[in-house]
Amino acid sequence: MNTVKRYFGIIFILLAPFIIYQLISGAVQHINAKGTKDINNPIIWFIIIGIFIPIAIGLVIFGWYAFKGEYDHLPEKSNDLE
Amino acid sequence: MKETNKIRKIIAASSVGTMIEWYDFYIFGMLSITISAEFFPKGNPTAALLSTLAIFAAGFIVRPFGALVFGRLGDLIGRKYTFLLTLILMGGSTFLIGCVPGYDSIGIAAPIIVLLLRLLQGLALGGEYGGAATYVAEHAPANKRGYYTSWIQTTATLGLFVALGVILLVKNNMSNESFNAEWGGWRYPFWISILLVGVSVYIRMKMQESPLFASLKATGKISTNPIKESFAHKANFKMVLLALFGAVMGQGVVWYTGQFYAQTFLEKTCNMDFTQSRTIMLWAILFGTPLFIFWGWLSDKVGRKWIMMAGLLGAVLLYRPIFKTFLQDTDTKEWMKKDLIVLKTDSSFKKVNSDSLKIINTQYKDYYGNRFTKVSTDTVFISDNIIKADSKPIAINKTINFERYIKFIFLVWVMILFVTMCYGPIAAFLVELFPTKIRYTSMSLPYHIGNGVFGGLVPFLGLLLTTTYPNDKLVGLWYPIGVAALCFIIGALYLKNKIDQNVND
Repeated sequence: MNTVKRYFGIIFILLAPFIIYQLISGAVQHINAKGTKDINNPIIWFIIIGIFIPIAIGLVIFGWYAFKGEYDHLPEKSNDLE
Repeated sequence: MKETNKIRKIIAASSVGTMIEWYDFYIFGMLSITISAEFFPKGNPTAALLSTLAIFAAGFIVRPFGALVFGRLGDLIGRKYTFLLTLILMGGSTFLIGCVPGYDSIGIAAPIIVLLLRLLQGLALGGEYGGAATYVAEHAPANKRGYYTSWIQTTATLGLFVALGVILLVKNNMSNESFNAEWGGWRYPFWISILLVGVSVYIRMKMQESPLFASLKATGKISTNPIKESFAHKANFKMVLLALFGAVMGQGVVWYTGQFYAQTFLEKTCNMDFTQSRTIMLWAILFGTPLFIFWGWLSDKVGRKWIMMAGLLGAVLLYRPIFKTFLQDTDTKEWMKKDLIVLKTDSSFKKVNSDSLKIINTQYKDYYGNRFTKVSTDTVFISDNIIKADSKPIAINKTINFERYIKFIFLVWVMILFVTMCYGPIAAFLVELFPTKIRYTSMSLPYHIGNGVFGGLVPFLGLLLTTTYPNDKLVGLWYPIGVAALCFIIGALYLKNKIDQNVND
């Protein structure tokens, strides 16, 4: 099971840039000064991409930790977190 | 017995305050059309920008920021005073939104003030939940932690109910003109908030500090820098990431899809009658809400993990079949295959530039008792500008028969069931994941990213997908299904099912 956990870590590392790429290409495709829908509004895209970049970085770090085996054993008590 | 009464009071005081905060947050969204007309007039680009920020920044940016600000405070000065502060901030902001003169009276100052107050609401909401959940959990015995904290989990749904109820009560007692006027009835739900908050603050003032936090403080073991300890220490940060990606992000999209997206889908995509679609939602939520308590209770017996994972898996597997049934059962092409009875028909004329259009509304009833209104538009006169009417008729105000009505309530209830499975045990799960001294900070941030960002994006990304692939009416579901599936994989692989018996560390 621990091997599976580690290999999945690689998938999460690759998934994060893919999500950001999809969001940026969505923004480029849909931002339109004449459009009236939310997806045409650049401000909304700036907010969403701005908030998603740190989340995607978090997913990369999560994947890296998983790949390194940091989640093979979870802490049993709070002292293990220090 | 005395101990049971004490914990009941703690749960009631915490839950009522949290429910009021949800009420305050929801009334702004529910009255958004009136608020837009009053404060953000169309045609003014600055007002449009402020409106966008009020809607999107409050949920996506300020809620997680509020989680950090108040989470830190809660770990430094205590749970009691921090969630008292968030309540006062939320109630004060809500009351003041109801006091701001309209754009017609004070110009651009009106939307600016409303935006700032809305951001304060988002900030306060970001700090409330973590405090309430932590406070209750730190009073609860280990074998009832899931059960006691599940009462906090009902508050978001109950807040939605109270908000809807108060708005309907005010609206039904006055004309539309009186309700929508500058100082009209739409402001009453905002003013009522100050009374609700006053009562809740009074109750919370009488409460004692969490015994676990009080003990930490007495022994001088509280954290000196909760944000650093939560997110800069690898051992704790990896648990924050696990909480977000393995539980909360999936719960956020399941919650939003079941409680909001379903309603939008019935109204906008299926073109169902407004009242019927709302009552379907209300019945389903009413029957579903007690299940928050049930799953919280069960999680004390069998563990939190697999209940939450089962809710996610159910959503992944059944969302498309459920929404497909909604589409099929409201498809008027099917209804037209048998003889239709014409109930009523009327027509009106509309001028578009110098063209003249005739709009015909015909109400039909089919063999099985389903009803709808067919709207056809014909061009009567075409000028040189030539605006030709769209001759394709559309079916609106669809009302389904009783049998299908019950079926739809059941299907929405199934989605609410998934919500309760994911959401009922999650407070206890999050509390058990982190140590007392940084618990408020560590659990608040992933919770509000999961719900505010991942959940809040369901309508926007749904719109993005349906615009990109217009032929598939169910394509918008791929976002919540994808996030729930990813969360299920991460949760199933990496989370443990063991209940932490000792959160006093």
